Amino acid sequence: MKPTTVLVSVDSNSILIGAKHFANVLKDLTREHNLGSIVDVLETGSMGNYNGVIIAILPDDVYYLVKTEEEVRRIFEEHILKGRKVHSLAIDKEKIPNAYISEKKEETKIVTRNIGEIDPKNIEEYIARDGYFALAKALKMKPEEIIEEIKESGLRGRGGAGFPTGLKWEFTAKSEASQKYVVCNADEGEPGTYKDRLIMEGDPHSVVEAMIIAGYAIGATKGYIYIRGEYYGSVENIRKAISDAYEYGFLGDNILGSGFSFDLSIRLGAGAYVCGEETALLESIEGHAGRPRLKPPYPPQSGLFGKPTVINNVETLANVPQIILNGAKWFKSFGTESSPGTKVFCFAGNIAKRGIVELPMGVTVKELVYNYGGGIAGGRKLKMIQTGGLAGTFIKPEQADTPLDYDSYKNYGVSLGSGVILGIDDRSCVVDIALNVMRFFRHESCGKCTACREGTRAAVTILEKMSRFEATLKDLDLLKNIAKLAADASFCGLGQSFPIPLLSLIENFEEEFIAHIEEHRCAAGLCKKVEKKKKKSTKVF
Amino acid sequence: MLTKEDVKKIVNEAKTEALEEQDLLIYTLHKIQDHYNENYIPPEVAEWVGEELNVTPAKVYEVLTFYTMFSTKPRGKYVIRVCTSLPCHVAGGREIINALKDELKIDWNQTTKDGLFTLEETGCLGLCGVAPVIMINKDFYGDLTPEKVREIIRELRRGDSE
Repeated sequence: MKPTTVLVSVDSNSILIGAKHFANVLKDLTREHNLGSIVDVLETGSMGNYNGVIIAILPDDVYYLVKTEEEVRRIFEEHILKGRKVHSLAIDKEKIPNAYISEKKEETKIVTRNIGEIDPKNIEEYIARDGYFALAKALKMKPEEIIEEIKESGLRGRGGAGFPTGLKWEFTAKSEASQKYVVCNADEGEPGTYKDRLIMEGDPHSVVEAMIIAGYAIGATKGYIYIRGEYYGSVENIRKAISDAYEYGFLGDNILGSGFSFDLSIRLGAGAYVCGEETALLESIEGHAGRPRLKPPYPPQSGLFGKPTVINNVETLANVPQIILNGAKWFKSFGTESSPGTKVFCFAGNIAKRGIVELPMGVTVKELVYNYGGGIAGGRKLKMIQTGGLAGTFIKPEQADTPLDYDSYKNYGVSLGSGVILGIDDRSCVVDIALNVMRFFRHESCGKCTACREGTRAAVTILEKMSRFEATLKDLDLLKNIAKLAADASFCGLGQSFPIPLLSLIENFEEEFIAHIEEHRCAAGLCKKVEKKKKKSTKVF
Repeated sequence: MLTKEDVKKIVNEAKTEALEEQDLLIYTLHKIQDHYNENYIPPEVAEWVGEELNVTPAKVYEVLTFYTMFSTKPRGKYVIRVCTSLPCHVAGGREIINALKDELKIDWNQTTKDGLFTLEETGCLGLCGVAPVIMINKDFYGDLTPEKVREIIRELRRGDSE
């Protein structure tokens, strides 16, 4: 370790605001000044803030938020060369979501504990922070004991559905088969969600380690990480992690002399949201179009290539090594009784401080938006918040006291989902939002079942009419009926859940829909009357 | 243009990463598409992939047309994928789309006359921290404004005419 370490937050989000370039500038300056033996410039994962690039200088514990190369040069010249803090660029540690937690409630950083702290491409840095210790411990336990520990911890799936992870593992372990699989669902396509990407980019080994443990626990010898085709940074870091894990003997034959063998490979998605649905994902790995399968049988009985399979989300898996190391009791000391542990939340839309934050389950929407998200950008008025992802609920600011955990939907009608907090300011129109959401689902519907394929199409048609001020009150009723029908009759989670955002919008903002219908008025001025074209249009309704 | 031999080589290379038979179709198609400047997979090449992996042409086409990242028709040298999801939409995405269509003088799924740009819609790119976001081939651009996006296009055009 060199006397001075400069950490630059480099992840896919930060790169777009210059992080990679800034890191290179710092490295060049270090070389130019012959400081290579004293100063280490390291690229680390996300520090959770995107209003600029965060640079940390250790051991001084000074954090800077920079936007230009000139600012980076100034920090180098003043702070690193002369030891003088650049006050105008320094930020409080509290302003960094991740660092804030590590100071106030250090113990809540479970999934993101290494992100922004280690070089994700260096397996030794992961090992130095107890990496693969959980694997070594697990291999000395009986598979049943591991499953019992995970069950006892109360860990539930972080992808959105919230199924108990230990039970999933137990069902798969109990299925008799010559071959079983572990699959990591890294096809994060939920608009607003980018936590899995940051976990894979910032701490890829935690996912790899968890998959090996899962394989041992359920009796699987092969695993796949199915990553979104567009996630180049994640693919790169996971690929490196896998090859290093092979080299260190954590993957392959006879892992750590335990007699257990496990192989892991990456498979790429190719731009289909529906592949986030577990059985559609399996179809995709098998080389088919990603259309969901009828359930049951569920993957623990018949999954990949018809064999018992455990499918877990990236964030779920990243919890596993820590549970094995620290025990179920420790894990249960965070969060709420029915939803133990933490959740990584992503801020999106018009939230002032967009980035990620990991907090115990049960944190309220209000705390998230105002304490960690810094409120609404540009000092505008908050109109609504969508929680849980695009298939989640839209709520009014008045409902922001709701605590987010797996019961929040049941108790208050507010989704936890994948943990998105999408703030929307007063410049938006609900019809425009509903149309945007429904166009997304229309495009992403795989077309296998009528309720979803036709339901999404019909909803878009009605909303388009509404935005042209041509809809009637009957259309609004029809929209509600379509949503309710699709929720009941759709084949998979996609079709069953698109009604959730739609109905929550209508329920909370019905007067705005009615203003479009009866008064031909759009408060935001986004909807416009369209002059009739000469060409005959085919009307559906 | 890839030859049948090239395809065979690509498939064989991919096979070293296979854990099971048939887990490679989409993976291989990605690799094949990367070889084409026009960002597409020609029909005969798709058939060769099928032959090598023992998949019928119908199955290969089904996959090619299901996933949005693949195309069976030639696209522009630069495929611009614009995130139209809600997080980008409410953060100024609408203006980005207007600026792009205006600058390129094309609509969705069209290619400019000079064959340089194809404009496509995409779902979330997972970069909501710096929305609005677009992707051009393998590069991402975030925190966009209409001016910035016009400049990006002009820059690419300039680079191409040199």
